[in-house]
Amino acid sequence: MKRLPITKTPKVYVGGAFIRSESGRTQPLADASGAFVANIPQCTRKDARNAVEAAAKAGPGWARRTAYNRGQILYRLGEMLEARAGEMAAAIRIGGAGEAQAHKETAAAVDRLIYYAGWADKYEQVLGSVNPVASSHFNFTVTEPMGIVGVIAPDEAPLLALVSLVAPAIVSGNVVVALASERQPYPAIVLGEMLATSDLPGGVVNLLTGLRKEIVPTFATHAHLRAVCGVASAAERKTLGTGAAESVKRTVLRPAEEPADWYADTAQSLYPIRELLEFKTTWHPVGA
Amino acid sequence: MTTLTAERKKASGRNGRAAPELIFGDLWEFDPAPETADPRLKPRYDLFIGGEFVPPRGGKYFDSINPGNEQKLAEIALAGPADVDAAYAAAQRAQAEVWGRMPGRERAKYLFRLARLLQDRAREFAVAESLDGGKPIKESRDFDLPMAAAHFFYHAGWADKLEYVAPGRTARPLGVIGQVIPWNFPLLMMAWKLAPALAMGNSVVIKPAETTSITALKFAEIIRDSGLPPGVVNIVAGAGETGAAIVNHPAAAKIAFTGSTEVGKAIQRALAGTGKKLTLELGGKAANIVFEDAPLDQAVEGIVNGIFFNQGHVCCAGSRLLVHEPVADVVVAKLRQRIRVLRVGDPLDKNTDIGAINSRPQLEKIRELVDSGVKEGAEMYQPPCRLPSKGFYFRPTLFTGVTQSHRIAREEIFGPVLSILTFRTVEEAVEKANNTAYGLSAGVWTDKGSRILKLSTELKAGVVWANTYNKFDPSSPFGGYKESGFGREGGRQGLLDYCQLT
Repeated sequence: MKRLPITKTPKVYVGGAFIRSESGRTQPLADASGAFVANIPQCTRKDARNAVEAAAKAGPGWARRTAYNRGQILYRLGEMLEARAGEMAAAIRIGGAGEAQAHKETAAAVDRLIYYAGWADKYEQVLGSVNPVASSHFNFTVTEPMGIVGVIAPDEAPLLALVSLVAPAIVSGNVVVALASERQPYPAIVLGEMLATSDLPGGVVNLLTGLRKEIVPTFATHAHLRAVCGVASAAERKTLGTGAAESVKRTVLRPAEEPADWYADTAQSLYPIRELLEFKTTWHPVGA
Repeated sequence: MTTLTAERKKASGRNGRAAPELIFGDLWEFDPAPETADPRLKPRYDLFIGGEFVPPRGGKYFDSINPGNEQKLAEIALAGPADVDAAYAAAQRAQAEVWGRMPGRERAKYLFRLARLLQDRAREFAVAESLDGGKPIKESRDFDLPMAAAHFFYHAGWADKLEYVAPGRTARPLGVIGQVIPWNFPLLMMAWKLAPALAMGNSVVIKPAETTSITALKFAEIIRDSGLPPGVVNIVAGAGETGAAIVNHPAAAKIAFTGSTEVGKAIQRALAGTGKKLTLELGGKAANIVFEDAPLDQAVEGIVNGIFFNQGHVCCAGSRLLVHEPVADVVVAKLRQRIRVLRVGDPLDKNTDIGAINSRPQLEKIRELVDSGVKEGAEMYQPPCRLPSKGFYFRPTLFTGVTQSHRIAREEIFGPVLSILTFRTVEEAVEKANNTAYGLSAGVWTDKGSRILKLSTELKAGVVWANTYNKFDPSSPFGGYKESGFGREGGRQGLLDYCQLT
């Protein structure tokens, strides 16, 4: 008799642990042919708030890591994804992608991680400055991470877009609460398992699955999120901008109406890192 | 090196007796030393749109008064929506047809000209600034004017070097920028806003604050004299409604605002979902932290400069003094002595330290918050100085016994009022300093270099002054964390907020 395989219960990765929604709600996920795959956690506003709390705990420690260490950890995440590329490609294929496409997306996500891993100990040298002020002061500007960043991933390229948004956020010491693609959440479930084995401290990246209409308003108004970045529809951008104003939160939003080419060379650069940094200028007198 | 014990001995004198206080104050009179340069004010100022002074379409004017004596200085054209429309139309045309296409090296020359022409008329502008805004002439003369000219000079040189601003990308202008500026540094804030926007190839519609429009409109004369193509800078005057018309105008590619956090939040809400870029330079409640090993006499000068500069109308004012417990009594005693010799009065007197409060509503706001400090149980000290009978004046004020929950420790007073709190450990200092919704600036006074770097790392503030305070420079990025806003002004970092990258 043919052996019945063990199927995996999808859980989201929050605070370094694999959890289901506190609400107990799930959403059945079907593959492209309509066949049942698994029940995906339908995270709630409360789950989002818990994730923010987990991120807040992890934040200071992660920001204090050396740039060299953060770079190595991002590289390690790339190693984990490369080693389990087949599993990730299978997760992407659930959404209907062909085998070649799924492998292409996985490989591009690995390359993106390696790209940002390399920036960890370099962006400061490009973005910071020593300023020639017209007085007897040593004056320098350095960057600092903003803190907790809400990431909203689009439906297209569910792995690559998510990685392209998360990596430039965490490379500088930010911590992330990310909402995965609503239509294709499974790659994010698998990514969580890779994050857990990548030396990334628990709570640095927290991944939620669920409905945008439930989570986006919480991202908008949660005062502990210092920035929200990602892809949003016109209505969501309005919601996020309005909510962000309550605590002067930074928003870095791309319109969902103009899908980005996440594979393009221009989809990665120094500037997604910069957009999630604060600049701090210090004045120090020069004298005996 | 000054040690803590040496400081204590000095403060308490020999035999542990209190050292005799030096008393100046009102013991003798100072002769008036008024600055007499002619501010060359016109009785009426019109709007500056498309390179011309034009009357407002609505025909309305409002008075600008001298807060130092409450006398009318001039009347200012009130811009309505139709005027704002005309300003944007002129700005769009100028940006698309002339300014945005002009080689950077030519744009640079116009900016250099603006700097030079402003330097030529610096004293005249300084007097106008002090008359209209109430700040002491020594500050408008020695700070506002030179710094405004320096901003044009600095940014002029960037105009033809923009390929070095954003490595790996091409920086391009955004289009028309709508700018709304505050009344505390009217001309300087205008320079902070105009210079980077113009260097990058944008055109501008800008609104000065309603109580301080005169130097902005005088600057329009300089713009005209410089030959800057018509429409590159358009100046519309008015209050909140005019500001709203600028912010909500569909032709604005970006809004840059400096002012209160309350209005900043309203602007952020108004722009939600519009795709317009935004930078905000908002309020602050900065901690000025004094450790026991600090050079205390220098620190006291820094504290005084931090809170009483420009009557405390400074978003980055060091309005919360956090003083290390072992030296708290000494520092407070020195401060009380020091502020007794501050001269409050005629802004145009060259010896004046604290001029006039900018407006009656601002004076009332300061009074209300100071009353709340007394009611909530903090101990107030004001020196017994005489104030002029006309005009808006407020004595330099110290509050001791302030706790973190007091309104005077949480809310921006924007006046010459210092709230003094104490701390015991470095960790406590950092926690108290960061315990605010704001995050614009902070000061640290200590002899220990490693402590300065630790604090400058841990303080959530965009500018940290170590053993100094209230220093500014066009090459030095300025701007806030948290509810003090986002974006930077000054330096290469500030330029990036005025371009799009391709």
